Parts: sequence; C-alpha cells; structure tokens
Amino acid sequence: MSRAEADRLRQRLNNELQRLTLDECVKCTICEQSCPVAGVTALFSGPKFVGPQAERFRHGASVDLSVDYCSSCGTCTVVCPQGVHVAELNSLARAVLKAERGVPLRDRLITRTTLMGRAMTPVAPVANAVLDNRLARTALEKVVGVHADAPMPTAHPEPLRAWLKRRPAPTRTPTRGPVVFFHGCAGGYFEVEAARCAIEVLEHLGFEVLVPEQGCCGLAEQSNGLFEQATASVRKLVAQLRAPATGVPIVSTAGSCGGMLKHEAHEILGLDDPGLLDVGARTRDISEFLLELHDAGELPLDFARIDLRLPYHQPCQVRSQGIGVPAAELLRLIPGLEVVESDATCCGIAGTYGLKREKYAIAQAVGRPLFELVAATHQGLVACDTETCRWQIAKATGVRTVHPIQFVHQAYGLGRVIAPSAVR
Amino acid sequence: MRRLAADVVVVGGGSTGAGVVRDAAMRGYTAVLVDRSDLAQGTTGRFHGLLHSGGRYVVSDPGSATECARENAVLSRIQAPAIERTGGLFVSVPGDDPGYGDRFLAGAAATGVPAREIPVAEALRREPRLNRGISRAIEVEDASVDGWQLVWGAVNSARAYGAKVLTYHPVTRIDIADGRVRAVHCHDQRRDEEVVIECAFVLNCAGPWAGRITDLAGLPPVPVIPGRGIMIALNHRVVNTVVNRLIYPTDGDILVPVHTVSVIGTTDVKESDPDHLPIPAAEVQQMLDAGERLIPGFRRARAVHAWAGSRPLIRDDRVAADDTRHMSRGMAVVDHLTRDGVAGLLTIGGGKLTTYRLMAEHIVDAMGDQRGERRPCRTADEEIPYAEGSRHYVVTHRLADREADRLDDQIVCECELMSRRMFTDLLHREPLATLDDLRRQLRLGMGPCQGGFCAGRAAGIAVTERVVDAERATGLLRLFLKNRWIGLWPILYGAQVRQTALDHWLYAGTLDIEHLPTPDQEVVR
Repeated sequence: MSRAEADRLRQRLNNELQRLTLDECVKCTICEQSCPVAGVTALFSGPKFVGPQAERFRHGASVDLSVDYCSSCGTCTVVCPQGVHVAELNSLARAVLKAERGVPLRDRLITRTTLMGRAMTPVAPVANAVLDNRLARTALEKVVGVHADAPMPTAHPEPLRAWLKRRPAPTRTPTRGPVVFFHGCAGGYFEVEAARCAIEVLEHLGFEVLVPEQGCCGLAEQSNGLFEQATASVRKLVAQLRAPATGVPIVSTAGSCGGMLKHEAHEILGLDDPGLLDVGARTRDISEFLLELHDAGELPLDFARIDLRLPYHQPCQVRSQGIGVPAAELLRLIPGLEVVESDATCCGIAGTYGLKREKYAIAQAVGRPLFELVAATHQGLVACDTETCRWQIAKATGVRTVHPIQFVHQAYGLGRVIAPSAVR
Repeated sequence: MRRLAADVVVVGGGSTGAGVVRDAAMRGYTAVLVDRSDLAQGTTGRFHGLLHSGGRYVVSDPGSATECARENAVLSRIQAPAIERTGGLFVSVPGDDPGYGDRFLAGAAATGVPAREIPVAEALRREPRLNRGISRAIEVEDASVDGWQLVWGAVNSARAYGAKVLTYHPVTRIDIADGRVRAVHCHDQRRDEEVVIECAFVLNCAGPWAGRITDLAGLPPVPVIPGRGIMIALNHRVVNTVVNRLIYPTDGDILVPVHTVSVIGTTDVKESDPDHLPIPAAEVQQMLDAGERLIPGFRRARAVHAWAGSRPLIRDDRVAADDTRHMSRGMAVVDHLTRDGVAGLLTIGGGKLTTYRLMAEHIVDAMGDQRGERRPCRTADEEIPYAEGSRHYVVTHRLADREADRLDDQIVCECELMSRRMFTDLLHREPLATLDDLRRQLRLGMGPCQGGFCAGRAAGIAVTERVVDAERATGLLRLFLKNRWIGLWPILYGAQVRQTALDHWLYAGTLDIEHLPTPDQEVVR
C-alpha cells in the first residue's frame, strides 16, 4: 500500500496487454447492457465507462473512486464481442486506487477467509451464534462496515481435515489413478459437506483422491484490490496443489476459486510463473471434470431417481471460465431431476461485495430476479457451484442451497440424502 | 450593410490573430478581428499539440530555440489550463547518430533551452513502451497544448478589453486610398450582409492565406509558401511524455501525448493551395514506420484520425524554394509601406504556435512604429482568465468532472467524456455554431468512435433545446460526419475499420441519413 506500489501497478496498466485491448472497443454497449450492477444503481457508471473509456484518461492520481462499485463479476469481459478485457482493466484501476488511498480494515478482514475458518471452527457454536445475533451484527456493521443483514458463513464443527483423519480408510482399490482435490476455504471449514461428497463421488468412480493441505486462492483479496496479498496467497496455494503429484488433474468444488487458478491470477494479477500456468491448465471444476468423463463414455449412469424441480444458478465467476454450463448438464443426467437454469447474470454477492454496508442494497437488487425465480420454482432446494453465492441465495430466499455434487452423491446411493427446507 | 469603425482590423482568427487582437486591445486600440470561418479552424487547429521547449531547434535554428524556450515559460504562466506539463524526451533510437546528442546539449546550453541527459534506464522507467534499444535520452521542458483553448483564451481576454470578434466574416475587399488603408469589407455569411469596417490599420495574420488578403488590397503577391504536414492520432496515450528523436529535425520525429490521444508528426511538403491539403497514403505509412521506431508495436495500436495542416512560411532566399523544412521558422513582418508604398498594412508570417504571443508583440510594435508611438506590450504579464482556474491541464480532468456529476448529468460524447450540460451551455452561447465549431471547444466526436454515437445525440439535443430546427440539425449532422470522414479514410486499417463500419450502419442503415428530407439549400455553416 504505497505510492511505489501504485506506480508499479499503473506501469503494468500502461504497459501490458490489458490496456492495449481498449483499442478494440467500438462502443457497442453490450457490456453495459449485461452489467448486473449498472442495471440497478447509478452509483456505478458501467463497465464501458470505467473500462475502455475511463482508461484513456488515467494518468497520475486516481480520480474516479466509483470504479470501486464494480463487483468484479467479470460479465463484461465475457460478453464483449471485440475482446476488450473490461473487467481486468477495472480490477487494475481499482488496485491502483487502493494502493494510493489505502484499504479499509473491513476489506482486509473479510478477505481473510482461511483465517476466519481457522478461528471460528474450534468455537463453531459460539461463533455461529454470534454471527446470528442481531445485536452483534448491528455492532459489526457500525464498527467494521459489514452489513447486518448480509449472509455470513456457518462454521462447521468438524473441519474437512479432521474428518479425513477420522474416517475409515477407503476400502476400494483405485482403478483410475490419482486426482488432486481442491476444496477451497469454504470446503475446508464451512461447507465441509460438499467437499466430503465430492471426495466420496471421486473415490466411488475409482480415483485416488489426494487432498493436500491448502490455503486461500486470494480471489477475495484480488477483488478488493489487495494485489500483493492476493499474489502471495495464490503462489502459496499453487505450491500446495503441485506438491502431491505432477501432471494429474486438479478437481475443484470451489467454483469461483477454480477460475482464479485457471485465468484470473494470470490475467488480473499478471502472474506468469510456470507453476501457476501448470496448475491452471490442470484445474477442472468438478462438474466439468465429470462431464468430460461422460463425454468419453466413462461416467457410470446408474443414478437413482431424484424427483425434484431444482433451480440451478451458475455463478458469474464460473461462467467466466468459458466452460459452458457443465453442472446443469450433469444434473440432467439424473433421472427425475428437473433443472431450472436461472439465466441470472449474478446473485449479487460477488465474493465479498454484497457484505459491505454501502453495497448491500445494490447486491440485493442485483440478485432479485434470481431470488424471484427461486421463489417461483423451488421445491425446497437450490443448486449453485460457489459457496458465497449459496449463502447469498439461502439468506435471501430461505431455501437450502447446496453444491451440485451433492445430488450426484445422492444419486450414486453414497449415503446422505439432502434434506430440503420447508417449501414456503 | 453594416458600418463599424476601429483603430485596427486583424485578419485571421488563428493563434497569431488571436494574440494580435488581444495585444492591440490591451494597448488601448479599438480592434476588430475577422475570420472567414471559426476561430482556430486553420493551421492552429491542425498541428500535433506540441508546446516546444526549443529542443527541436537548438542545432538547426538557434534563434527559434531561444524564443521557444522563453515563450514556453510565458504561456505556461498565462494560459495554464490550455497546457499540460508533460515534459519531453529526446531519444536516440538504433541507427541514430549518438554523437548528435553532444551537439544537442551544446546547442541547448548556447540557446538557453533547459536540457539534461538522463540515464536510459530512467527514460525507460518513465515510458515503458519506448524502444528498449535507445542509447541516449535528454530531458527537456516540452509540453502539450490545446490550440483551440489557447486561441479562445486569448480572444476572450481581448473581448474583455473591448475587442470585437467576427467569425464567418470573410474579407471581400480592402479599400486603399491616397496610399493608406481606409476600410475592410467583409461578408457576414450567417446574416448574408455586407460589413464595412473603417480603420487606419490592417494586420494581416491570415497565415498560409496571407497572400489572398494582400491580393484583396490589390498589392503584389506576398511570398507565403504553405508547408504541409500530416499528423495521425492514436486512440490512447502510448506515452505520457513528449518523445522526440534525437536527430537533426526531419519527418515523423515527434510523438505528443495530448488530451487522451498520442499524435505522431509530421511531414513537410510544399503545397500551392492551403485549402486542399492531401493526406497521401505513402506519408501515412511513413508516419507509422516513424512511430514504430520510437514505440515498437506502434502499427498495431489503433489510429483514430489523421489530418493535415499547413505552415505559414515566408520565403527565405537562403534556401531553395521547395525546401520548406529548412526555411526560417522565425517570424517575419512584412511592412507594406516600405515594400509597396501602402501605409497601415502589415503582414506577418513564419513563427509557430509556441511563439504566437511574441509574434503578436512584434507586429503590434511595428504598427506603433508606423504610427510613431510606443505603447508597451503587457501580454506576457497578465494571466488570461479561464473557467478552469489557473492550474495546468491534466488528462484526468474530465474523468474527475464526470465522477462529480455522474448522478445528475448525462454523457453525450462518451469517448471524450463531454456531458450534456457542457454541450447545451456552449450551444446556447453560440447558437449559430456548427457541430464542428462546438467540437473544437468541447472535443465532441474526437475520440475513437469519431462521432458515431455522439453526433446524432448532439444534433438531437440541439433540436430539443430549440436552438435549431430539424432541417438544420440534419444539415449539421451531415456536415459533421462528412468532415470526420476526411480524417478517417487515410487511416482505415485495424480496429478503426470495425468502428467506421458500425458507425456507417448506424447512420446509413438505421438513420438513413442520405435520404432524410432536406431543404433546397442545405445548411453548411
């Protein structure tokens, strides 16, 4: 956080390929039409404005503080027909701004996801009760700036690593070789259930599942303009994921974090190190991985029937990976499961965006069409690939929201049946 | 017919004329400036945007170098909002004679041009896209300047001192009787009316058109030779410092970051008619090659517009008549009393935008000499008031403005961040203006889309504001787009092709602009 850091970042902006892509903009406005934030608030001037347009005016001190209203959902880059790296330009501009002006304590806290998990797990019931307490949340909003109504994770009393140690060793001999499993911070501490299901599905399919000790990918830090910290985080994670084996697939249940490894750390943080590129090339979202098996005729389809109409929302940061909608396709292989795709651009949370006091209402407005679709179609359950989006949807709709792999797990008859919330 | 009277009529509303009318008014003369079109529409609006440090002339033209260095400092003081203190670099690219740098430094010391050699690594740190192979870098005090802001500032100052400014008033005749200037006849094009201005003095500041003015006085031709130069603007600032080749002045050796674009210039070709300046394909290629030597990848960057301007050089017998680059950049005042026996007429040529104030001082001094009086020049001492205050221009300026008014105003020109209020304020002040006249003050349509999105909006708003009717709006829109195209044809390659195709679909396809109803006589001014 210094002038020097701001200068270094701006030099990258001036110098690197992101800035050159602004030359491709023909002002068509498709990004503005697709931006979930600009559609609900005038506070954000829209991706075309803050990206290829404003970038032509940036030199010296940052003057456009409103660039921070970008939620980093990445939709603008995905929809741009000319190849302008709109979201990347915005992210860099925001990082320069933060480097110049400093980052609020709140943004430093909410990006420390692994730390939060580690701190909360041993005292899970207490921590969860505190985060559920209205008075405590009001105090949190006043002092730190996290909105009192924003969704908060629930700490699991048993972290994934404890379960891995406790459970009986897998009895089946692997028939398909090893995979490295990337569960993300949420899979380790908060949504341990999804991670357990994924491991059991992969083992059921005959894979040896290697689960290295793993930290945060840095995506939340990156979205908050903390590039130095994000770089350190992702570098560390890359080393951890490369440790158990070379050349084997890395399978992820952390929807958005997978995107960080695949392209964001390279395109936004500008990291070029071979380790990251290697991990990025090997990383697969778990639905993507299973669908690839299916395409190769190697996925057993002996799924038990699940009679359910299931709204499914693909997170913005999964869409930006350019992998189609593998979770929806995978879920449709399960007999009886009627998948209703949300077609919503974003649920609003965008990682940590919707937690912030000044952005909470915007995030709720962004998510409204999705929440309405859920309310109109759900039968007690929603599926979604990214944890923070699940928390946002569950909190806003009151409907239990789970990772798609949990339905695959149930359909393979591997034990747990997902309990729906009461249909309202 | 309208009759006016003044001490002096200044012909030509470029930088020279603007400086002269301000200077004359400040010295207490009643002054009228006339121009055949809008202010700063000719040479002043068609340069690369460089406010010279003098560095360019330290070896080739030491007198000009000293003048530039002095005037650079003066204008920075009195017209700060028109000027961005970008700083400048002279760099030797591979193939350039590194020894020239020593002659340069010696010349700079001799002419009083501030210059300092800096390590190559430091130059590359400041400008990361510069050719990594440069062998020397010398820092100078180049700046970039908006010629239109410069002229409007001077003219507004002149008006505050009582001067009158008549644009779209071409001179039709200059009356001379008994060896003296008596009156200037103009045609007010907008009211279709003859205007006669009785005066004792005419100061001919028509630049490359100066010979036509002396023709209208019935005098022998003045040897003005238009030296044409082309310029190309890139879509964004590939550098934030002015970058010059560290060589004897030649073609394509300057890259200027001005406003949101960077401009490469220029060529120098003798022309006969300053109203018809071609932009030949070969010269465009020559500029792109020159840019590529300074900034690798230059050809892949997007060019948004090209233009040609013409230097108002007065013939100098010391060099061949077709070698306009090496004619004196120094100014020359032609006194028609000694030359042609006509009192009250002076013509000025040569000079450059950077020295416009000094040129004005010289010609108004010369007028005083003929009148036998010496009123002191005060133009260097008094700051010209600007709405923006007295801070230098910075490129973030409009981004900060739009950040401030983003919740209560619209943006009409997105590329150049021109708000609706900026447009309507000027429109109501200048209801007779064309869209190009407004463009020169607001930068309407000067960004990458070249009017594709904003020109139609601007025409529509002018109708909504009841400043023009639908027929005039159509005419204004057509004229504006036609003029934009002049600068687009020569650089139709790369990303700009997609833009022009989209713009064409919008106007020809959706709006069907070619077949809109029009009056018998279309508005063109």
